[in-house]
Amino acid sequence: MNPQTLQLICFYAFSFVAVVAALSVITLKNTVHAVLALVLTFFSAACLWILLDAEFLALALVVVYVGAVMVLFLFVVMMLDIDLEKMHEGFVKFLPVGVIVAVVMLVEMVGLIGVRTMHAQGLGANPATAAGVSNTAWLGQALYTKFLLPFEVAALILTVGLVAAVALTLRERSDARYESASRQVRVNPRDRVRLVKMAAVRPEPSAATSENTPGEPQP
Amino acid sequence: MISLAHYIVLGAVLFCIAVAGLFINRKNVIVLLMSIELMLLAVNMNFVAFSRFLGDVSGQVFVFFILTVAAAEAAVGLAILVLLFRTRSTINIADINSMKG
Amino acid sequence: MGLSTSVLLIIVLAPLVGCLLAGFLSPFLGRAGRTAAHSLTIAGMVVSVVLSFHVLYQLALGGAENYNQNIYTWFQIGHINASVGFMVDRLTAMMLVVVGFVSLVVHLYTIGYMRDDPGYTRFFSYISLFTFSMFMLVMSNNFMQLFFGWEAVGLVSYLLIGFWYKRPTAIFANLKAFMVNRVGDFGFLLGIAAVLTFLHTLDYAAAFNAAPTLIGQHLQITANTQWDAATVISILLFIGAMGKSAQVPLHVWLPDSMEGPTPISALIHAATMVTAGIFMVARMSPLFELSSTALSFVLVIGATTALFTGLIGIVQNDIKRVIAYSTLSQLGYMTVALGVSMYSGAVFHLMTHAFFKALLFLGAGSVIIAMHHEQDMRYMGGLRKYMPITWITMWAGSFALVAVPFTSGFYSKDAIIEAVGESHRWGAHYAYFCVMAGVLVTGLYTFRQMYLTFHGKERFKVIEQHGHADEHHELPPGVLAHPPKESPWVVTVPLVALAIPSLLIGYLTIGPLLYGNWFGGSIHVKQTNDVLAALAPHFHGAMAMGWEGFTGLPFWLMVAAFVICTYVYVFNPSMADRIKNALKPLWAVLDRKYWVDEVEYALFASGGVKMGRLFWKFSDAGAIDGVAVNGSVRMVHRTAALLRRLQTGYLYHYAFAMIVGVIVLFGGYRLFGN
Repeated sequence: MNPQTLQLICFYAFSFVAVVAALSVITLKNTVHAVLALVLTFFSAACLWILLDAEFLALALVVVYVGAVMVLFLFVVMMLDIDLEKMHEGFVKFLPVGVIVAVVMLVEMVGLIGVRTMHAQGLGANPATAAGVSNTAWLGQALYTKFLLPFEVAALILTVGLVAAVALTLRERSDARYESASRQVRVNPRDRVRLVKMAAVRPEPSAATSENTPGEPQP
Repeated sequence: MISLAHYIVLGAVLFCIAVAGLFINRKNVIVLLMSIELMLLAVNMNFVAFSRFLGDVSGQVFVFFILTVAAAEAAVGLAILVLLFRTRSTINIADINSMKG
Repeated sequence: MGLSTSVLLIIVLAPLVGCLLAGFLSPFLGRAGRTAAHSLTIAGMVVSVVLSFHVLYQLALGGAENYNQNIYTWFQIGHINASVGFMVDRLTAMMLVVVGFVSLVVHLYTIGYMRDDPGYTRFFSYISLFTFSMFMLVMSNNFMQLFFGWEAVGLVSYLLIGFWYKRPTAIFANLKAFMVNRVGDFGFLLGIAAVLTFLHTLDYAAAFNAAPTLIGQHLQITANTQWDAATVISILLFIGAMGKSAQVPLHVWLPDSMEGPTPISALIHAATMVTAGIFMVARMSPLFELSSTALSFVLVIGATTALFTGLIGIVQNDIKRVIAYSTLSQLGYMTVALGVSMYSGAVFHLMTHAFFKALLFLGAGSVIIAMHHEQDMRYMGGLRKYMPITWITMWAGSFALVAVPFTSGFYSKDAIIEAVGESHRWGAHYAYFCVMAGVLVTGLYTFRQMYLTFHGKERFKVIEQHGHADEHHELPPGVLAHPPKESPWVVTVPLVALAIPSLLIGYLTIGPLLYGNWFGGSIHVKQTNDVLAALAPHFHGAMAMGWEGFTGLPFWLMVAAFVICTYVYVFNPSMADRIKNALKPLWAVLDRKYWVDEVEYALFASGGVKMGRLFWKFSDAGAIDGVAVNGSVRMVHRTAALLRRLQTGYLYHYAFAMIVGVIVLFGGYRLFGN
């Protein structure tokens, strides 16, 4: 079989899966199922990107999105006690509007793209191979030279996102016990122990008093 | 032979599905967030395709950044969602209209 | 040999320096500040006056050329060049000496008059500022600086009329003076604008050189009106002079200005500032000579002022107001002189009047001090034995005012009357009647005032009190805590200093001033208008004119006035009231000052208030506040209330709006793009 034809078949197969999965995302009643459908969409998209020789991004999509973000979604969905029936209310009512808007938009977009002229143009050779490096190296070279500053800013954004997410969801529970490191450090020995000088007088032999007098050797 | 048009149209289809998702799901914030993720995927699809078509690495770099921002957005969005659910015990958008003018 | 620029600068700036030092330094010196204030300002004035005499001497006898130079460029807009520059010729030099001398005398007098006033240093600062402004006015060589000086003297006049700013009447008077002067200044400014339009320059010399080009030029306002350019310019400029020199109907501010301290009445509202209009017209003679229409206008206005304001003076009881109306009347005489193209006569009368009128005012001030600030003549009388110097000097001034032969007033006023008789200008007959009748009127109010003040029975009572000096404020009118006494030397010396020129200056200067071509090129008179040239053959020296004066009609009119007043006020005091009752309607007309004030209040003041109210209610409150300000707020409010419905707070509505927007953009791009 012609490799190009094979590629085309693969494209259509993955595209079909991606579109069907995307449709499921927005139509499935159960949110957990919807999340799983989105995972499938991402997966198919990753496959499609591999067809484009964008291996790094395809794998990053799988690792970052499927592995991290979608798992986060799943966590949240399962953590929240959602009334699924209620969530699905109004689905039929708004379906026509949604479909009409989507179709109109699609028609306009496709019309604007100019499918016919663009169809004649192939994708061309893989630029990374032409440069004599792998896709990852190709991307990495650009990222660490020309786009170094935006790359650092992206790292900062991720950190801020992380801190923000933690800060937003963090709550102090009144029923939990915490230890305060700062208070522990600041503590003064005098607040804890009081040394008292006393005359070395043997007290009356009484059990109660002898126990309450620190620093005195037990008789 | 796969052409540029294939990917662009696929991106458009995904984007329109996401738009339809925004309209259909008037209750569930999680699905809305997922629709937004779908939109971003559609955009990324275009970026990758054009990057390959033009032989320019910038498209893929931008996909990288979009993934970064989308991850952060998802994290913060979900955090807000959790907080919302904790205070109002609902994620129904129809109930969230404090910004009403 | 020319005049030195630095000398002229010192003349102008010395009073300004005095003013600034007195105004800004003295308040920090406490009690010594008073001494510092009068010492500094008087020192400045002495310097100015000495140098002014020097300049006069140089020009008159030293053979110096006339000075005309720009010293400093104030601003330049296109071809309009506003400079600070001096034009000093004999006319200017004479004004400098008159202004400087009277101002110096008034400075000196003020030490006595204002002794107990809390605004002592402020007063000295103001009068020095006035002197500076007046010098700027008379020395100017262009219209812009003239206008500067014109407004600056107006400003100081305003400040000084309202000097006792806690008196409501003073505030009213200074506001009135300010407003009425604005009317005049409006005309004046238009006049300057017209000069600029037709002559394309603000410089005197250039403008006067170009003046003949005005002939045949017209100002067209509408299709059917064609106004002669020279007439328009002259009348507009003269409207300015009417405001400043208080000609009918803009005279109403001058009597009210008597609310100011007496030294100010003497300096500003009698001797100098009010004559600025006369000076200005004399200076502009090359322009006025081009339009006999304008000169007729000047003549009629002046004649009306000369007679009718004098009549009001007869019924006034306030000693200062009598002199104020007399000032109006005399200004009318000057204006009449201008109207018959006898500019040098007007300036001559200006000079003599400056001396004798300042003397009368300062004398009145001396009386007022003695009467503990009582100004009503009905509570005076018989003061001559208490204050002989004031009495004698006041009589000297009065003789000059009523034109007793050989006094200065006689020479100037008789010359004017003769010139009016000689003139053939339209309105000259009316003017001749007015000035002739004015002589009688002048005599009546002057002698009445003198008799009421210094002669006859004492109409005040003296209650000896040994308490504080303040207590006399609580006394009813006509009751004094101490008997009146002669004023201190700082008051009497100025009186004597003014009495001498009041009597002699006319005799000494009439020859050169009127018939000797003293002013040379400063004053331009057309051959056919030159009444003085017609009179010159009849002039055989000042002495001869004095003797001839005894045979003229004016003298006998004056004598008639003297006889009437002497009889009424000395021998038969009850007569005055009987005359008053007999001529009740006439008396009422005069007492109400022909209702000019009332008419002007009703027409302009209340009309202005009504117009202001209209603008306030409709334009300001209605249109601007109601529509523009609050209306736009209301519109924003309503639009916002409408738009606010769009803000449902539902996420999907916003998303919908965005998506629809995108769709519309796409559609638009598809339809109209490419």
